[in-house]
Amino acid sequence: MKQLVAFEINGDPVEVAAPVHHTLLEVLRYGLGLTGSKQGCDKGDCGACTVLVDGQPVLSCLTLAVAARGKQVVTIEGLAKNGRLDPVQDAFDRCGALQCGFCQSGMMISARALLNEHPCPTREQTKLALSGNLCRCTGYTKIFEAVDAAALQEADPKA
Amino acid sequence: MLRLPPFEVAEPTTVAEATRILKERPGARAMAGGTDLLPNMKHEITTPGLVVGLWGIPGLRGVTLDGGHLKIGALSSLHALSEDPLIRAHLPSLAEAVGQIAGPQLRRMGTIGGNVCLDTRCVYINQTYFWRQALGFCLKKDGTVCHVVKGGRRCVAAASNDSAPVLMSLDATLKLESAEGTRIVPIDDFYDSDGVFNQQRRPDELLTEISVPLPKPGTIAAYTKLRTRAAIDFPELGVAVLAERAEGLVERIEVCVTALAARPVRVPLPLEALKGRPLDAALIDQVAAEAYRRCKPLKNIATEPAYRREMVPVFVRRAFRLALARASA
Repeated sequence: MKQLVAFEINGDPVEVAAPVHHTLLEVLRYGLGLTGSKQGCDKGDCGACTVLVDGQPVLSCLTLAVAARGKQVVTIEGLAKNGRLDPVQDAFDRCGALQCGFCQSGMMISARALLNEHPCPTREQTKLALSGNLCRCTGYTKIFEAVDAAALQEADPKA
Repeated sequence: MLRLPPFEVAEPTTVAEATRILKERPGARAMAGGTDLLPNMKHEITTPGLVVGLWGIPGLRGVTLDGGHLKIGALSSLHALSEDPLIRAHLPSLAEAVGQIAGPQLRRMGTIGGNVCLDTRCVYINQTYFWRQALGFCLKKDGTVCHVVKGGRRCVAAASNDSAPVLMSLDATLKLESAEGTRIVPIDDFYDSDGVFNQQRRPDELLTEISVPLPKPGTIAAYTKLRTRAAIDFPELGVAVLAERAEGLVERIEVCVTALAARPVRVPLPLEALKGRPLDAALIDQVAAEAYRRCKPLKNIATEPAYRREMVPVFVRRAFRLALARASA
């Protein structure tokens, strides 16, 4: 059984005919072609599928697509604006905060959510905010440094 | 890739509509945050034909102070509760417990009602259908044997809700609504020792509100949790403690544990021997030893039962130290 589900994706309104047993992640990846959100464990352990729903970081693999009706959804594809990387993306690049890259979409979405709420987070706040995102390559240190760098850049874009 | 088996979805906008659907459609499952139900459906541990989504029902979120009780809406997110000013001020051990459930994303999705009604967990059940089939299934779903207790006839999957022992120590009551009416159940009576389904809640009933009496002045409480990683993991042991004191002397003391058996347990303590004494190291050691004597974990979680048992007194002591430190801060 399919239902029409209208929501906002990365600032644009969209309406999709989604099977009601499909997750938001399936609709994003296979319905809308937005493959930036990764399908990792698919059961809520890894955080690779993290997206923002009404500004909150949630797992799209455990969100039913129909439950996203009327919501504002932001994926990794929505972070860059007008051809410019989001400061989080830029900082992850500059700091070498990724290796294989699989966890990065979710990691950067969680980092974006953190900086939206705490523009100048402590290391403890950063660790807590990213604790639902697993990275098997980096050991996290460069990821935390990238979050600090992004916060610095947002505080003073000229720096 | 883990696909959900096909099902229908209902999106009621009132509790009355939700409970009517649950009554009319036996086998339907209510879904709040979905963070427990959907993985279990992906693993085909439960395969409802109809999912009754509760996300469109207003009025079941938030905390209010009402006549000496804190009323917690069952759809309040775990994240919201961990930061709620009323909860942090009056029930710090609850804020502590819900703030340690899973990870940040899951705490924004998961609800307190969902955590209270969390399905039991076991190393032999929270696996894919293929995995469970290869083992010949088990008592909890599709099979007739228990892999934890050889020859066991009763499922021993572990209660894994962090909120339950804290709410038990705080004497919470649960409001269950159905098409038949409303009933209030003390949380001690809500849980059963059967891991297949460890609750008194009928399939057509919804948990809509949790009521917690305001602790007496001078009460101290804390929650400590053993797990392999400091995030995401379910508890391997959860310990909630509470002590009521008058002029520095113990009037009442509670230790409640989770993740050891099919139900969260209020550890029986010899209160008469503890009353009237200061809450010092000797008394805490005595309570910790009593908890050790009473708690006998099983091999239902990957972590060794012997290790988890040794950790019981350690975590009881840590919880009391945490509660005392908070009280003197």
